[in-house]
Amino acid sequence: MNEIIDPRSVDRPNSYIGKSLPRPNAKKLVEGRGQFVDDVVLPRMVHVALVRSPHAHARILKINGSEALEIPGALRLFTGADLAQHCDPWVATLAHLKGMKSAPQLPLPLERATWAGEAVAAIVAESRGVAEDAAAKVVVDYEPLGAACDMETALDPATPVIHPELGDNLCFQRVNESGKVDEAFAAAHKVVEATFHSGRHTGVTLEPRSILADYNRASGKLTVHHATQAPHMMQGVFAKHMRMAEGDVRVICTDIGGSYGIKVHVYPDEMAVAVIAKIMGRPVKFIADRFESFGSDIHARDHRIKGRMAVEADGRITAIDIDDLTGIGPYSVYPRTSAVEGNQVVNLVGGPYDFANFRAKTTVVLQNKTPTCQYRAVGHPIATAVTEGLVDLAAEALGLDPVEFRRRNLMRDGSYPRTSPAGMKFEGLSHDQSLETLLGMIDYPGLRAEQARLREKGIHRGIGFASFIELTNPSPFMYGIGGARISAQDGCTVRIDPDGSVMAATGVTEQGQGTEAIIRQIVAEAVGVTIDQVRVITGDTLTTPYGGGTWACRGAGIGGESALQAGMAVKEAALKVAGAMLQAAPDTLDLVNGEIVERKSGQSRMPLAELSRIVYFRGDTLPPDLPRELMQTRHFITKEYPFAFTNGVQACWLEVDVDTGMVQLLKHWCVEDCGRIINPLLVDEQVRGGIVQGIGGALYEHCTYSPEGQLLVGSMADYLVPMAAEMPDIEVGHVETPTKESLLGAKGAGEAGTAGAPAVVMNAINDALKPFGAKVFAQPFTPERILAALGKVPSRWPVETQTKPRAAAPAAMPSPDKPPGLLTRMFGRH
Amino acid sequence: MSTEIDISLTVNGERVARRVEARRHLVDFLRLDLGLMGSHAGCEHGVCGACTVRVDGKIVRGCLVLAAALDGARVETIEGVSDSGEIRDLQDAFIARNAAQCGYCTPGMLMAAAALLEESPRPSRAEIRAYIAGNYCRCTGYHAIVDAIAATAATRNGKAGS
Repeated sequence: MNEIIDPRSVDRPNSYIGKSLPRPNAKKLVEGRGQFVDDVVLPRMVHVALVRSPHAHARILKINGSEALEIPGALRLFTGADLAQHCDPWVATLAHLKGMKSAPQLPLPLERATWAGEAVAAIVAESRGVAEDAAAKVVVDYEPLGAACDMETALDPATPVIHPELGDNLCFQRVNESGKVDEAFAAAHKVVEATFHSGRHTGVTLEPRSILADYNRASGKLTVHHATQAPHMMQGVFAKHMRMAEGDVRVICTDIGGSYGIKVHVYPDEMAVAVIAKIMGRPVKFIADRFESFGSDIHARDHRIKGRMAVEADGRITAIDIDDLTGIGPYSVYPRTSAVEGNQVVNLVGGPYDFANFRAKTTVVLQNKTPTCQYRAVGHPIATAVTEGLVDLAAEALGLDPVEFRRRNLMRDGSYPRTSPAGMKFEGLSHDQSLETLLGMIDYPGLRAEQARLREKGIHRGIGFASFIELTNPSPFMYGIGGARISAQDGCTVRIDPDGSVMAATGVTEQGQGTEAIIRQIVAEAVGVTIDQVRVITGDTLTTPYGGGTWACRGAGIGGESALQAGMAVKEAALKVAGAMLQAAPDTLDLVNGEIVERKSGQSRMPLAELSRIVYFRGDTLPPDLPRELMQTRHFITKEYPFAFTNGVQACWLEVDVDTGMVQLLKHWCVEDCGRIINPLLVDEQVRGGIVQGIGGALYEHCTYSPEGQLLVGSMADYLVPMAAEMPDIEVGHVETPTKESLLGAKGAGEAGTAGAPAVVMNAINDALKPFGAKVFAQPFTPERILAALGKVPSRWPVETQTKPRAAAPAAMPSPDKPPGLLTRMFGRH
Repeated sequence: MSTEIDISLTVNGERVARRVEARRHLVDFLRLDLGLMGSHAGCEHGVCGACTVRVDGKIVRGCLVLAAALDGARVETIEGVSDSGEIRDLQDAFIARNAAQCGYCTPGMLMAAAALLEESPRPSRAEIRAYIAGNYCRCTGYHAIVDAIAATAATRNGKAGS
């Protein structure tokens, strides 16, 4: 029964796995008939608007709402103290991140505001408009306090300690080291180094954070319509901190307007809404507006990394050493914590390459800015930019083509399983094949020829490459072992209904990735029915098996496998009944396209609907002891590997206008190996969307702050996101190395694009700028930064945001026999 | 707090009369007063395009138009053009190419795309990208959306030519 499904066998029945099929839930979305949280309207519903701190750090002396509550329709004002009576604080640490510390956090703070944009009071009113009117009338007396804003000085004795009980502003520090790093650098033929910055940015989900909480005092039940990726996790969080039984909390996620990791966290203002609903005993809605989203959605990727790489004369990498510093705001974010991004950086740097000596240190500090936490491709874009930036510097220092340098250093296909110097276990990757597949797509010699030809005309184009790895299908090693109640397992229930149709309820959730589509394909194939006979239920803690939801690229690999197993179990159960009805051995029968057939001949014996009719309505006609379990649940968790790593490679072709600093993206390619592909259409779109999100961070997106900790981006006119006109066409290719951890063999695909895009854009820009000896390493690579690197405008950034002392741009093109001056230091042994 | 104004207009072919606050945006009017939830508020300052609807045949930002200014106007939303079948081919192309992921931008994107094909039946990929540059999509990376619009244009032109 449990034969491995091979999607390449084209003649197998119900062969939906591996097919590009449209999503079942797309039609309602294109007709505007989805249901997002803000579309849900309940009787007696009231609305929350939040009063937010204008100070990065201030003592809250007094909150006066008397004038606010005079406005008709304004109902209640809640302060931190009001809510603290009904909600226990949380501390976001993980036990396996040794020494990590953070401070207790409540829905609204009791004494101090610790970032500009933190909610300090909540107004409830009959409409959001009135709530905003009233919130504007709330008078808060603040005593401004000294703020710790710059992560570079967060640990200096002169910097205010944000939470005095912690002793300092250090949240977490870790050194990941293997081999003999210092010896390798001392003996190196060449050493290249640079300082990289990945600018703090944020997710900008088009649907803002949204929650509608409803508490029924009579039943004692809390129902929360929530734009979250992890409904069961939130059910547990609401129950634990609001002192309720988990069974009294129901979290419902219908349609969600984008998440990308932004909607997998516990936000204090959302907790405030749930607590207010419990206090008021009525439905309470909060939909963040765009302005408050910029200051209260989690930020991410605020890192400064000093990196160096040692190479031999034959082009082999011998050592990588990085020093990462990241500022995460005043609190680690619950329950995933804000130390994981830095931890990922020290786990992922150097990931694609075969070398022995590795040292990576991350220092995670608290600061008075918006909290940061996990955002699409957590740590990957940073680690990949550092690695691939160093790789290109090393190739240049050795006079090697960047592709040739990668060929010499990538982990060989066929050398798996193996463990990286950073301690990551790889079951099976395909760097060589992916690179060769990519080169088959791009006409590399042609692009180089075009580059040379255009340079003579003063047109500067560059091509960049970036190999990468991506962590998917996480086991409890990611969060569970640290004490977080975040499920790494997931479940699926599959049921045959009386009309022969099939229902599948899954613990993984849908935010547009196509979860419902792939679960439908898998279940249809596993049970043996046509795809239109399957309907999928997601996103409701009352009706789906317990699971972690959708994050860290686990939907297909974990949720998909549980659906496959549940579907096969249902088929087995149905064939048992069929055997009794047809007086045949169950293993001589099969279920194909909704018909019970003879396995050998394929001859139809009866429709599945007839079988289910008998089971549900005429069970008396079946043998009394015959099991008739047409509903089966299966759960899946990975066992051998902490994570299922995927890999891939990207290339980018772009043009830099050296007079304006503008970058024009011309073409982008990605080859990705996510294991078994369930739906190529969906995988391609995950990769493309991920790439554009990575490009956003590389070129445009930046949460800039004043030195006092004021966020300087408050609208989408300040904070630029990628729009269609600037984005290139993106070609996607595939290699498939299925994981052997599951029958399905699927790994994740959602973050690969984001992981590699900033690195490949950076390398392409620096390739274009090569004749000028100019390089950029600080994201976003804005026109101003590019012009500063070219020496055409003064640099506005402190020394540490730059690489090494900057040579003036050459007045004329360098002669071919004279290599352009590098900005990075290179130490020759000879 | 604010003045209220009586308006009478046509929305998706139906006549409606309401008393609205002077500050009421069109997108809030559609969603909160008429229950038409297909138009979405994304940025509320005219950048993201999620609230794109048609007023008197031209696409506008629902967050930058005041309902009070629409007395006598003809408004069409995603619900209207879906029910009429006017953009069925475009919607089918979006589904076929997975040009919608989370679906939050999609109604506005479709209203913009429909307007483009009305104004310029044979747009190049660059023209498509330029036209929808006021509609933010965080999910797709735009490639599939451009494909879907280009495919719809090609099909319509093929039909027109045959």
